Amino acid sequence: MKETSIIISGFGGQGTLFAGQLLTYAALDYDKVCTWIPSYGPEMRGGTAHCTVIISDEQIGSPLVRNPNAVIAMNLPSLNKYEPLIKTGGVLIANRSLMDRDADRADIITLNIPGNEMAEELGNSRITNMVMLGALLQLMPVLPMEVLKTALDHHMPERNRKYLPLNYQALETGAKFAAENLKEAV
Amino acid sequence: MAKKLYKGNEAFAEAAIRAGCEGFFGYPITPSTEFLEYMAKRMPELGRAFVQAESEVAAINMVYGAACTGKRVMTASSSPGISLMMEGISYIAGTELPCVVINVMRGGPGLGNIAPSQGDYYQMVKGGGHGDYFPIALAPSTVQEAVDSIALAFDLAEKYRSIVHILVDGNLGQMMEPCEMPPMQPLRETPPDWAVSGAKGREKRILSSIYIDPPDEEVTNLRLLKRWMEIEASEVRYDELHTEDAEIAIIAFGTAGRVASTAVRQARAEGIKAGLFRPITLAPFPKKEIAALAKRTKRILVVEMNTGMMLDDVSRVIEGKVPIEFYGRLGGVTPLPDEIYDEIMRISHNIDAPAPENPRMEWVTRLEKILEGEN
Repeated sequence: MKETSIIISGFGGQGTLFAGQLLTYAALDYDKVCTWIPSYGPEMRGGTAHCTVIISDEQIGSPLVRNPNAVIAMNLPSLNKYEPLIKTGGVLIANRSLMDRDADRADIITLNIPGNEMAEELGNSRITNMVMLGALLQLMPVLPMEVLKTALDHHMPERNRKYLPLNYQALETGAKFAAENLKEAV
Repeated sequence: MAKKLYKGNEAFAEAAIRAGCEGFFGYPITPSTEFLEYMAKRMPELGRAFVQAESEVAAINMVYGAACTGKRVMTASSSPGISLMMEGISYIAGTELPCVVINVMRGGPGLGNIAPSQGDYYQMVKGGGHGDYFPIALAPSTVQEAVDSIALAFDLAEKYRSIVHILVDGNLGQMMEPCEMPPMQPLRETPPDWAVSGAKGREKRILSSIYIDPPDEEVTNLRLLKRWMEIEASEVRYDELHTEDAEIAIIAFGTAGRVASTAVRQARAEGIKAGLFRPITLAPFPKKEIAALAKRTKRILVVEMNTGMMLDDVSRVIEGKVPIEFYGRLGGVTPLPDEIYDEIMRISHNIDAPAPENPRMEWVTRLEKILEGEN
C-alpha cells in the first residue's frame, strides 16, 4: 500500500489550500490516485486553514489521516499541532519566519526555513507557500518538480498569471534551500 | 474520457446536468453551497431552469411544481435545509412524482455545525416527511460513485415515480477527487403519460396529494407500498471488500465506509481477516445480503458517523445470529482509519467472546475513554 499523506497548514490567506490543490492537480497529471480535503468552515484571513493531500498508487479509502508522512507548517500553531503527529521517518517543513522556536523532532527530516523572508527577497511574501512546497518536493520527491510547474501553468487563476515566473522561482528557491541545508536527507 | 479533478459538490452538479436535469431550485447552505453556485452558472448557459428561491420551503415547492411537468428536476441542500423541505417532500411523495434530493449532511441536531455527519440517516432513509411513503436512499462513498449515482437516481425516480434521496456528507461535498464525467445525455423529448404538460386535445390530468376520502387514500398508500416492495426486490445495491473469508465484517456506508476500507486493508496486510460490506442503497436496505454475510462471518462491526442508526437496521436483519459491535463518531467528527483499525484489533483479540449485550452501550463506554484521551 504505497500512499503518501501531506498536511499543509497555516493562517487563512497564506495559500495553504491552493498549495495542496496544486500538488493534487500535479499528482493526477502524473497518473497517481489522489485526494484533497480542506478544513472548511467559517474561516477567513487570519483564521486557521489546512488541507490533507493523499497521493497513492491505489484506490484511496480515508481522505483523512492521523499521522501524515509530511507536514508543511506555515505558522506556529500548525507546528505545535502537527509536529508530534508526523510518522517516524517523515518530513516536516517549518516556516521559521513565523515561529519562535525551531522544529526539533529527531526521528523525522526537519527543515526550518525562513519562508517569508525568502519570499520577500523574491519580491512578494504571498509566494511563501510555493517556497515551502519547493522545499517539500526536494526532501520528499513524491512528484517531479517539472510536473508541479506544468500543473501551476494549467491551474493558476487568470488574474495571477503574470506571477507565474515568480512562482517557479519560489519553488526553485525553496528546493535549493532544502538541498543546501539538508544534504544528508536527499 | 480522461479523469479530471473536481470538488465534490461541483462534480455532483455537473453530473446532474449531464443526466438531463432541466430544473434546479435551491437555497444556499454550507457544506452544499457550491452545488447551487455551479448550477447558477451552468443551467442558464444551457437554457435550463435555475432558481435561487427565497427559502428552502419555496425551493422544494418549486421542485414539486416542476416535477409535475415530467422534467428531470432536483434540489440539493444540507441538514437544516432538508428539514425545512420535509413538508414539500411528503407532498411530492403523496403526488407520486419523481425527483432527486441531495443532502450534503452536517452535524446536528438543530443548527449544529457545518462539519461532516451521517446523523440524518433516519430522516433520509426512513422518510422524514409525514405519512406512509418510502423514499429510495443512495449513499455513495467517493466523488466518482456520487457522480455515477446521480443518473441512476433520476432513472430510479422516473421508473418508480418516487423520490430518490442521495446522502453524502460534508467530506464528499468539499473534497477534491479525480473523476470521469459521464457523457451529456439527450433531454427527454416527450413527457411521461402522467405529466401535466397542457391538456389541449386530451383528457385533463390532475396531480395532487389530496385524497379526502380515506378509502381513496388507503388505496393510494397500498399502491405506494406495492411499488416499494418491487423496489426492495430489484434495486438493492452494495459493495464488498474482502468479505468472502472475513471473520470480522465491518458494515459502513458513505464516508465511514471509505474510511473503514483503509482500516480493512491495513488489517489484511497484517493477516487479520477483516472485510467491509458497504450498502450503496440504504433504502432498500441489503437485508438478504447482510443476513448471508452473518452466516459466514464471526463478528460484525457497524461503523457510522452517528449514534448507531444503521446499527438498528443491521440488528434487525441479523436477529442475534452473530455478535454485533458498534463504533461511531458524532456531531461532525469523522473517524480516522486508526480508530477503526483499533476496533478491528480489539475484536480480533476477543473473537470468541460472548456477544455484547448492548453494542451501543459498550461503545459509549469506549468512546468516553477515547474522548478523555483526546482532550
